Amino acid sequence: MTLIFGVFLLILLVIVALAIVRSEDLFAAVMLSGIFSLLMAVNFFLLDAADVALTEAAVGAGVATVLFLGALALTGKEEARHTVSPGGRWLALGVSFATASLLFYASLENPHIGDGSAPVHQHVAPWYLANTLPLIDIPNVVTAVLGSFRGFDTLGEVFVVFTAGIGVMSILGVRHSLVELSGAELDARQRSLRHHLIPRIVGRGMVPLIMLFALYVQFHGEYSPGGGFQAGAIAAAAIILYSLLEGDDRGRELLPEWLLRLMVAGGALLYGGVGLACVLLGGNFLDYSVLATVPSAGQHLGLLLIELGVGITVTGVLISVFHAFARRASR
Amino acid sequence: MASVIDMISFALLAAGGFCVFVGGVGVLRLPDLYTRMHAASITDTAGPLLVLAGLALQAGWSLALFKLAVILVFLAVTAPTAAYALGNAALVSGYRPAVVSDESGATDSEGEGHA
Repeated sequence: MTLIFGVFLLILLVIVALAIVRSEDLFAAVMLSGIFSLLMAVNFFLLDAADVALTEAAVGAGVATVLFLGALALTGKEEARHTVSPGGRWLALGVSFATASLLFYASLENPHIGDGSAPVHQHVAPWYLANTLPLIDIPNVVTAVLGSFRGFDTLGEVFVVFTAGIGVMSILGVRHSLVELSGAELDARQRSLRHHLIPRIVGRGMVPLIMLFALYVQFHGEYSPGGGFQAGAIAAAAIILYSLLEGDDRGRELLPEWLLRLMVAGGALLYGGVGLACVLLGGNFLDYSVLATVPSAGQHLGLLLIELGVGITVTGVLISVFHAFARRASR
Repeated sequence: MASVIDMISFALLAAGGFCVFVGGVGVLRLPDLYTRMHAASITDTAGPLLVLAGLALQAGWSLALFKLAVILVFLAVTAPTAAYALGNAALVSGYRPAVVSDESGATDSEGEGHA
């Protein structure tokens, strides 16, 4: 039954992907890519990857769609016309066909879904499954692997997010105070859903609930699916929703720029700082066991702190990127 | 007793599925955005309501029941809001209904719906 549902979802994914490629209306393409992400999230959930599904739904369907819409406001909603010579078309067809054939050929060697003897399940996974409870004492193995066993990799991921945020801010984030705004421009900046009563009231009711859910996902990540990345994306979605409803300026009053920058850098620093604290207390880098007298309590403390760092950085970066786009679009 | 609850639950789930199907057919067949939204609203309201009621019967008194109730409230609040935003955006950007009824109640088609 799960297999049938999975195949159904994959077919839907192919249909949506084709529709995205064929659509010349970029606005429709953005909406379709949001649907693609939602289908992908359901697919992940079907494969028991609830942590990944949560991220995909929050980032792919939520935040990414808003960012794409922000980019569309800068560029225009029709695809640029360009002609391809017949030779180019055949070449493209050939390359696509060859790549698809190679991928299909490679997939023939893949183990079946859920095959316990697959190499990926025989390498380090059994060790993680056997040692999560005795060493770290939390039920969610994903959080244990992500935060503790492979904490160094996750530190790298946080710095990838950090670097991406800095990149977008340095490309788009020109200080708006340097630009004199005329009356019409100021009027355009006020454009928001502020005068739409129904979305505004409903949205205002939703924002605290989304925020509450983000905190739950953040601090319950050791026991249920979730953690810093997911919570950061959900919290950012709440703030972005607030900015959409009340106007970008109000959103920036809520979380001013200096605070966002502090969040972007501070989260990553908190993560790295926990690692250094472990070194100072006589352990290895990111070896949380030395943080408390009982090793598992130290692991709990370390995981809590690094997940908090991840959540703060992800929230800060996503909101900063949104503001950078929105500010450009409103000029 | 359990089988009776199962029967009711299956009936509710099937009815919910039927509502979603009808909504899908309506979106494909109706002439313009506003009538299509009317069809789509069935998949937003009656469909999830019946499906979630069927699932609630399967869940029994448990945490899952509470979660289903929360989902239902969330959908009941957000779906009409989204419908309002969509209809409002369409009206503001200049889409006019393709089918207009005059005062005598007779209907009259005005073509493609692009004003």
